[in-house]
Amino acid sequence: MSNSNTKDSGSAQRESPRAIDIVNIGLSRRYGREQRFKLYGLFAVIISLSFLFLLFFTIFSNGYSAFFQTYVQLEVFFDPDAIDISNPVNSNFPGLVKKTLTNEFPEVKSRREKKELYALVSTGAAFQLQKLIKQQPELIGQTVKIWVPADDDVDMLFKGNFARDVPESDRRLSDKQLAWIDHWSLDGKIAKRFNLTFFTSGDSREPELAGILGALVGSILTLTLTLLLSFPAGVAAAVYLEEFAPRNRWVDIIEVNINNLAAVPSIVFGLLGLAVFINFFHLPRSAPIVGGLVLTLMTLPVIIIASRASLQSVPPSIREAALGVGASKMQMVLHHVFPLAMPGMLTGTIIGIARALGETAPLLMIGMVAFIVDIPTGFTAPATALPVQIFLWADSPERAFVERTSAAIIVLLVLLVVINSLAVILRNRFEKRW
Amino acid sequence: MLILILLCLSTVAYQLGRTRALSLTGKLEGTQTLHSRPVYYGVLTALWCGLPALLVFAAWQICEPLLITKILVAHLPREIQELPVNRLNLVLNDIKNLVSGNIVSGEIKPEIEAAANHYRNLQATANGALTIVVLSLGIIGTFIARQKITPHLRARNHVEKVLTFFLIACSTFAIFTTIGIVLSVLFEAIRFFRIIPINEFLFGLEWSPQMAIRSDQVGSSGAFGAIPVFAGTAMISGIAMLVAVPLGLMSAIYLSEYANKRFRSVAKPLLEILAGIPTVVYGFFAALTVAPFIRELGVTFGLDVSSESALAAGLVMGIMIIPFVSSLSDDVINAVPQSMRDGALALGATKSETIKQVVIPAALPGIVGGILLAVSRAIGETMIVVMAAGLAANLTANPLQAVTTVTVQIVTLLVGDQEFNSPKTLAAFALGLVLFVATLILNIIALYVVRKYREQYE
Repeated sequence: MSNSNTKDSGSAQRESPRAIDIVNIGLSRRYGREQRFKLYGLFAVIISLSFLFLLFFTIFSNGYSAFFQTYVQLEVFFDPDAIDISNPVNSNFPGLVKKTLTNEFPEVKSRREKKELYALVSTGAAFQLQKLIKQQPELIGQTVKIWVPADDDVDMLFKGNFARDVPESDRRLSDKQLAWIDHWSLDGKIAKRFNLTFFTSGDSREPELAGILGALVGSILTLTLTLLLSFPAGVAAAVYLEEFAPRNRWVDIIEVNINNLAAVPSIVFGLLGLAVFINFFHLPRSAPIVGGLVLTLMTLPVIIIASRASLQSVPPSIREAALGVGASKMQMVLHHVFPLAMPGMLTGTIIGIARALGETAPLLMIGMVAFIVDIPTGFTAPATALPVQIFLWADSPERAFVERTSAAIIVLLVLLVVINSLAVILRNRFEKRW
Repeated sequence: MLILILLCLSTVAYQLGRTRALSLTGKLEGTQTLHSRPVYYGVLTALWCGLPALLVFAAWQICEPLLITKILVAHLPREIQELPVNRLNLVLNDIKNLVSGNIVSGEIKPEIEAAANHYRNLQATANGALTIVVLSLGIIGTFIARQKITPHLRARNHVEKVLTFFLIACSTFAIFTTIGIVLSVLFEAIRFFRIIPINEFLFGLEWSPQMAIRSDQVGSSGAFGAIPVFAGTAMISGIAMLVAVPLGLMSAIYLSEYANKRFRSVAKPLLEILAGIPTVVYGFFAALTVAPFIRELGVTFGLDVSSESALAAGLVMGIMIIPFVSSLSDDVINAVPQSMRDGALALGATKSETIKQVVIPAALPGIVGGILLAVSRAIGETMIVVMAAGLAANLTANPLQAVTTVTVQIVTLLVGDQEFNSPKTLAAFALGLVLFVATLILNIIALYVVRKYREQYE
C-alpha cells in the first residue's frame, strides 16, 4: 500500500477503524488457515502414497520367499526289484520314496511315525523320480543323490513362518518331525534353493508343487485373442467416427454409447459373456476364446477413445495438404493421418491390454475359475488366467499359499510394469508434438 | 488352415490383378491411362477372391453342426429317435464325446458306436466339401475380377467402398455390445421376475437365495428381497467415498495449486500407479492385511469387529478410487481460467481463500461429475468385495459388521455349476440388471455434467 493512501484515509480513521487494521487483525489467523490448508493437502498426498508403499511392502515382504523352496536331499537306490524294467514308468515310485525315507531313519517303526515321516517330503518327489527314470533308464540299480521338494509345512518352518515354541498340538509339525528335520539340516541335507517349479508347472493342491505357468499361458492366449480382435476393430471404429462419420443422430448415439460402455462395470461384461457366448452360442466354458471375446468387448471402448484422441491431435493442415494434391479422403486418412496417429493408437491399445491383463471379475463369470492342472494348449482348452489364479490361491487355507499368492502378484505387477513402460517408451519416442 | 490357404490365394490374386492392370496400359502412356493406381486393381482382385469365400466359410461353420446333427438323428435307430428331447441330447452328447475321444458315460452300445462312425464320416465329408467350395469360390472370384479389369474400371472407388463398409461395421460394435448386454441381462431378469414378483425383489427385506432341491427341505423357499444387498453396496461404496473424496480432492488441490514442479512430476505418476494395480491385488491386500488389522484395532478398543467387516472392504476400495477422484479433479481444477485466480489474489485473498472461494466453486460441477463416476466405479467394483466382504446379507448400519454387495452376490450365485432356470441363477441376472441400470444412470449424469462444465470454459 502506498503512503499517500494511508494519509488520505487518516481522517476517516477517527470515526471508524481503518480497513487495513481490520485486515491486519485477521491476517495471522488467515495465514494460519492458509498454512493448515496447505498441510492438509500435503497430508492427503502423503497418506495416499503411503498406502501405495504399504501395499507394495506387504506384497513383496510376503512374496519374495516363494521364489525359494526348501528341498531335501535323498539317497535313492533304484532297486531293480522294485522297478519293472520293461515298463519303468508305471512302477511304484511313492513306495520307493517311502522306502528311502525309512532307510534313512531305521528307528521309525510304528505306522503313525512312518506316516509322519512320509509327510515331510512332498508327494511330488515320486513324480520327480518317475521323470528321472523315464529320461535315464540306465540309473536303475544305482544309488543316486537327488534333491526333492519338501512338504509345504517344512518349507514354512524353514522360512520362519511358524514358531517352534508353541505347544505341539497347535503346530503343523510334531516334535518328532522337528527332530528329523534338525537331523537333516545338521547333515546339510535340507536347503533352500531357487523355486523353478513355480515358473514351470501348473496349478496344484500342494503348495510346493503349484506353479503359475498354466495361468500365465492362459493369460497370454486370452490376451493374444483380445489384441488381435480389439486393435483392428477399435482403430477402425475410431477412424470412422473421427474422419468419415457424418454429424447426425445415429453417430451421436454411437458416441454416447462408447463413453458409457467404458464405464460399465466389468462384471456386467462377464454376465454378457455367460449369457451370449456360453449359453447362446454354446462356446466351451473356461476357454481362452470366450475370455478373449469378453475382454475384447471390454477393452474396445478404451481403445476407441484413445485412438480418437490420437487422431484428433493430427493437425488439419496435414489433411488439407493431402486433399490439396488430389488424394481421395480414404487415401488422405490411410496414407497420412493414420501413420501419424499410429503411436498414440498403439499406446492406447497397450494400456487397454494392460487393464485386461489384470481383469478378474468377468473371467469368473465365464468359468475360467476352475482348478486346472494342465498347461492350456489352445484357444478352446480349459484354462485360467493369472489374476484368477491369484484369486484362487488367495482362497486357499494353507499358509504356504499366502506367499505363493503374493509371488504370483509380484509376477503380475512386473508384467504390468513392463507393458506400461512399453507404452511410455512408445509415446516418448514416436509421439509428435505439433 | 483353410483360412491360411485362402490368404495365400488372395495374395496371388493381388499379384494377378496388379500385373493385369499394368499389362493393359501401353508402354508409352504408362499407368496414366488407368482410372486408379495399379495397387487398387490388385486389392480389388484380392477382395473378390477372399470375401465371398470367407462369407461362405463363416456361414458353413455356423450351419454345419446343426445339419450334421439332423442327418445323424435321422439315421439313428427308431427307439432312440423317439426319446424325449433332453434324453436325445444326452445320447448325442455321448456320440460326440466318443468321436472326440473323451470319456463316455456308461458302456458303449453298438448302435452308438455305429452312429459315432457315421458322425465321423459326415464330418470328414463336410470338411472336404467345405475346402473344395471355399477354394473354388476364391479361384472363380479371382477370374471374374481379372476379366472385369479394364482401364476404365473405377477400382479405387470399389475398394474404398468396401473399406468404408468395414469401418462402419466396426464402429457399430459398441452398439451391439450394449444391445447384447441389455438383452441378455433383461431376458434372464424377466424370467426371474416371472417367478419372484418385482416388488418382492426390490423392496423385500430378506435375502437368502437358497432354493431347496426337495420341497420338504428346511428353509425350502429362498427369499429374494434385495434391500439388504443394496444397503450393503451403499454402505461399502459410502465408506469408499468417505476415504477417496477428501484424500483425492485434497491431493489434487495440493498437486495443482501448491506443489512445485518436481514434486508434482514425481507424486502424480505414483498416485496413478494406484489406479493401475489390478483389483484382485487390492482384494488380497484387504483380506490379508487390512481386515485383520482393523479387527485387532477393534479388539483393543473393546469392539466386536467381524473379520469381513464393511469397513475393511470400503477402506481398500477407497484407496483404489483415490487416483480416480484426484486425476478427474486435477483436470477440472486446471481448466479453471488463471484470470479468475489472478482476480481473487489481486483482491488480497490468500491462496487457500482463492481456492476455497473461487476455484472450487467454479470447478464444482466437474468435481461432482468426477465423484459420480467414482461412485459408479465403487458400485461395480467386484474383486475387492468378493475377497474382503461377507456373503451373509445383513441389514445393518454398523460398518464393523459383515455386509454383502450386489457384485458379491452375482459372483457367488454364478460361479460353479448352475442350471439356467433356477431362480437362484436368474437372481444374479436381475441383480446385474439393477447394477447396469444404476451405473448407466450415474454415468450419463456424470458425463453430461462434465461435458456441460467443459463447454463453460472453452
